[in-house]
Amino acid sequence: MMELALEPFAYNYMVKAIWVSALVGGVCAFLSAYLMLKGWSLMGDALAHSIVPGVVLSYALALPFAIGAFFAGMLAALSMAIVKQRTRLREDAVIGLIFTAFFAAGLLMVSINPTAVNIQAIIFGNILAISDQDINQVVIISVGCLIVLCVKWKDLMAVFFDENHARSIGLRVTALKVLFFTLLSAACVAALQTVGAILVIAMVVTPGATAYLLTDKFDRLIVIAVLLGSVTSGVGAYASFFLDANPGGLIVTLQTLIFLSVFLFAPKYGFFKRRAAANG
Amino acid sequence: MNIIELNNVGVTYPNGQIALEGVNATLRTGTICGLVGVNGAGKSTLFKAIMGFVKPTVGKVSIAGQEVRQALKKNLVSYVPQTEEVDWNFPVLVEDVVMMGRYGHMGFMRRPARADHQAVDNALERVDMGAYKKRQIGELSGGQRKRVFVARALAQGGQIILLDEPFTGVDIKTEESLVALFRLLAREDRLILVSTHNLGSVPNFCDDVMLINQSLLAHGPVETTFTQSNLAKAFGGILRHHQLVGADLHDDEDRRSVTVLTDDERPLVLYGEEGGQKITKHGTEE
Repeated sequence: MMELALEPFAYNYMVKAIWVSALVGGVCAFLSAYLMLKGWSLMGDALAHSIVPGVVLSYALALPFAIGAFFAGMLAALSMAIVKQRTRLREDAVIGLIFTAFFAAGLLMVSINPTAVNIQAIIFGNILAISDQDINQVVIISVGCLIVLCVKWKDLMAVFFDENHARSIGLRVTALKVLFFTLLSAACVAALQTVGAILVIAMVVTPGATAYLLTDKFDRLIVIAVLLGSVTSGVGAYASFFLDANPGGLIVTLQTLIFLSVFLFAPKYGFFKRRAAANG
Repeated sequence: MNIIELNNVGVTYPNGQIALEGVNATLRTGTICGLVGVNGAGKSTLFKAIMGFVKPTVGKVSIAGQEVRQALKKNLVSYVPQTEEVDWNFPVLVEDVVMMGRYGHMGFMRRPARADHQAVDNALERVDMGAYKKRQIGELSGGQRKRVFVARALAQGGQIILLDEPFTGVDIKTEESLVALFRLLAREDRLILVSTHNLGSVPNFCDDVMLINQSLLAHGPVETTFTQSNLAKAFGGILRHHQLVGADLHDDEDRRSVTVLTDDERPLVLYGEEGGQKITKHGTEE
């Protein structure tokens, strides 16, 4: 039994998949604590889809994928800003329009010109077959994000909670918001490698949303979210070995199951507790 | 002490809209000053200019003899937001909110020192909210919510407190206890600047009043400035206006009249000759 449980650790690619997933899951979860509070959750989805053409192009040109992803992300953000300014369209329509356009361009490029990366890998992730070079990029991005977040989490909280007050104590609100979206794009790039473009959104929303039901203190919320994100990601990658399943699907399913049980049984904000409270 | 100097302040937005024009005023500490005008009159633009969010296109704002940016760095200006501006479901406790007032005093990592914890406790005691330290902010009543943000301003330690529509959504008893608190704080050599369109609360709350509609229409003590003719200038025809004169009011030759001005909030009641220069009674709840 024990031998069977430890079997994945005998394979180098499994060990890598597990710890890289856990790392990325933790970073995405950290960001999710902020994202879900502002009604910006779908920005994560838009970003993850918009970077796809950049990633494809980088592979075609043998460049680090992070570079292409970065430029595609910037271009998408810029196009959204321009379209929003020049038309009377609502924001959600603009976001929907631009990110699907970018995603479609990416899919088209990869189907016409198959390179080292294939459609499967982009849509569903390929953490089990990730190259060492790509691991390096993912690790640099994730650790970089974590360091910045650990230093700036309180400033970001102040900005997210009360922008005017943040400004009045001398914080640079616009710079901090740009910083947040840069971190978010970077984390999406990393998560694209592990769970794929479609499921990135879950990584940057679900852990924060779950933790939100468990605590009223922001620092604790971050700790809970990060723990949930890393553990589910690591366990998801590990379990995919036995189930012969797509790790991305497993990771997100695990996160959702935890969310569901918290939604039902959370000590203060759970469904049953609230119903009991409402019934006196 | 003079603390805010507005020198010919004008703000024109990039789309060409003029929000403020030629505002000259000097505001003193130790007073509560009401900033009164219709929506869109430039109240919030003036607030933003004082907090440095918009740079005046002409003129200059100086705070305690310094540029706005410097003054903010020194935590001279604190801001109490409107109730509707705050996300009350945000996962923060009362003490966390007040601690955010101290961030400007902390280092790079915003790690609170003992002095910061002390300042938070003192500020909460000051507004009678010491017992609610560990509550999530959404669990508080309207008046308590306001007090938490006042505590944040106190913890920040600035001499200027900006209040944005402080009495919307609080009942009359709560309003009275808040007024008493603000009076106490003003007396300790602070300037409390209140933006409001709630006319009825001005006479028993403010010492001075600034009436604005793009430009500064009138500025001075409430007794002499908050008159019907000035209010008519500031509000034009948009207020509900009732006047009781002559036989409706008196049996004798008394020429005084009662004027009730209201914008559906607390009514302002003026009594005297020529529509009332003298405020003898104010803001009774209907």
